[in-house]
Amino acid sequence: MKTENQRAWFFVLPVLLLVAFNALVPIMTVVNYSVQETFGNNVFFWQGLDWFEQILRSDRFHAALGRQFLFTFLILIIEVPLGIIVALSMPRRGIWVPVCLVLMALPMLIPWNVVGSMWNIFTLPKIGLLGYFMNDVLGINYDMTQQPLSAWITIIVMDVWHWTSLVVLLSYAGLVSIPDAYYQAAKIDGASPWKVFRYIQLPKMKTVLTIAILLRFMDSFNIYTEPFVLTGGGPGNSTTLLSIDLVKIALGQFDLGPAAAMSLIYFAITLLVSWLFYTLMTKDDAK
Amino acid sequence: MAKISLSNLRHSYMPDPTGPEDYALKKIDLDWQNGGAYALLGPSGCGKSTLLNIISGLLHPSEGRILFDDRDVTDLPPDQRNIAQVFQFPVIYDTMTVRENLAFPLRNRGVAEAKIAERVAEIAAMLEVEGMLDIRAAHLSPDNKQKISMGRGLVRDDVNVIMFDEPLTVIDPHLKWKLRSKLKELHQRVKATMIYVTHDQTEALTFADQVVVMQDGEIVQIGSPVELFERPQHTFVGHFIGSPGMNILPATQEEGQVLFNGQPVALEGAVTGEGGTTELGIRPEFVALADDGVPARVRKVSDVGRHAVVDAMVGDTPVKAVVDHVDVEQGAEVHLAFRPDQTRLYRDGWIATEAAHAK
Repeated sequence: MKTENQRAWFFVLPVLLLVAFNALVPIMTVVNYSVQETFGNNVFFWQGLDWFEQILRSDRFHAALGRQFLFTFLILIIEVPLGIIVALSMPRRGIWVPVCLVLMALPMLIPWNVVGSMWNIFTLPKIGLLGYFMNDVLGINYDMTQQPLSAWITIIVMDVWHWTSLVVLLSYAGLVSIPDAYYQAAKIDGASPWKVFRYIQLPKMKTVLTIAILLRFMDSFNIYTEPFVLTGGGPGNSTTLLSIDLVKIALGQFDLGPAAAMSLIYFAITLLVSWLFYTLMTKDDAK
Repeated sequence: MAKISLSNLRHSYMPDPTGPEDYALKKIDLDWQNGGAYALLGPSGCGKSTLLNIISGLLHPSEGRILFDDRDVTDLPPDQRNIAQVFQFPVIYDTMTVRENLAFPLRNRGVAEAKIAERVAEIAAMLEVEGMLDIRAAHLSPDNKQKISMGRGLVRDDVNVIMFDEPLTVIDPHLKWKLRSKLKELHQRVKATMIYVTHDQTEALTFADQVVVMQDGEIVQIGSPVELFERPQHTFVGHFIGSPGMNILPATQEEGQVLFNGQPVALEGAVTGEGGTTELGIRPEFVALADDGVPARVRKVSDVGRHAVVDAMVGDTPVKAVVDHVDVEQGAEVHLAFRPDQTRLYRDGWIATEAAHAK
């Protein structure tokens, strides 16, 4: 016999209200804009799914989306292996552990717009240390304000500098949780360093790595502040990532309808990829 | 298969050890015969795991040599010593199946696949895990995981010695007994030298033919379970083995007689040596309640099933006696009789009476 007690709802109610106000209501406002046209004065006209169709067919959106996927792909392919390598080479005990941890955490503590400004000044061709060094000492033509390739290299290096630590710290947490006996058993079993990595370290890091990759995917896919401060999306549109384009449409052109539709598509893509990735990564465990 | 000799072995975890107290192992000389079942018994921190890790090559000793059949292996890494070790917590490769786990040490050594399949099948049958071969090792219960980590040691037919470092710590009590008998059975089948480290006397005494008792980095006694029980060479062994442990009583030596509480006590044999601190050692099993003997007052009687333990006070000294049935109560005045051939004298901890020749 199960006793039904509806009073339990009262315990959930505060959370429900909180979620409603900080998530549900704002999202519904966006949904509201995405299916209507407005000319101000709170006058709205029903548009149906026109904005969605327009966005999905627009070359500009395709280009921004392509750039976004390229950016995120490059970020992950560099930061994840690099993070693992750094974590593997960090000491496991001794006085250098806290030193390494603090050094690793430092870049993550810097506000995003400060990171953008720092790298902007650092890489400017004439006045920045790196810009000056590349152009005037090494003689390499490097100008992220003029050349798309330089701009891309700069935003990627900047992100790697800013966020690889996250992968390092999470991987490191996974590594230190491995008891010594595993390494000793592997030694006795005659396992090579690669096999130790493949069969002991990687499986033990899997959970934290899944989280690290998810976080890095979401953050890099939604990145706005740093490239906006660094390049403003330029030169031309070469570093106009999805979020930068979105803000241009919403606040630059004040096309609230298409901007709202684009936000929802953007959100759906982020959600879908995260869900797919997480499901694939955790599928094995159930077997 | 090999005989293992440790000669002049010392180990310290400190870079510059000065006194003996800096050593985790203090001068160990020991031979392990080929095919023997040994237990290394001692309280936590006595150096038994250190000794094990030195034999397996995970630790390099500060001083001394390790010989496998007269071949010096002191500087060889673990994988070249052909040893196997089972750890306190089961070590298995989570992402592999049971079959792959068992095959792993062979694959790493480049053994032919046909040979691997044959060995894995053989070991799986021996451990009774045939039904689990194709499931992921991560899904096994702790006792099966421990069996698999044992299997990874047994699968190589060239192992010199298999070492167990408190392997039953995480196993449920009712499975401990099963796994322990399995181990004993395995030893009889594979005939490899086995060294079993534990602080549990029951495990040590049931598994081993020879038990090595350690204390503070030193070997106190090596002997069969019966020898350790009947004639402990040191008060530590007497106290550590047995439940309850040996009675260790303060004694004085006067004019060729040994006195306890002012009364002369008959011993198993002639007293050797002189000076130092002397103590009497007698197991509670050999103390009886009698009509005459040492007067004592009963402090507590605990019935532990098959027999009862009488806790008595002789002056200020507690003495335990194990008796078959109890007819005394707390506070009763009794007399304790010590069986002479089981009463020994210890001088500074070490035995100081000659063994009785005839019973």
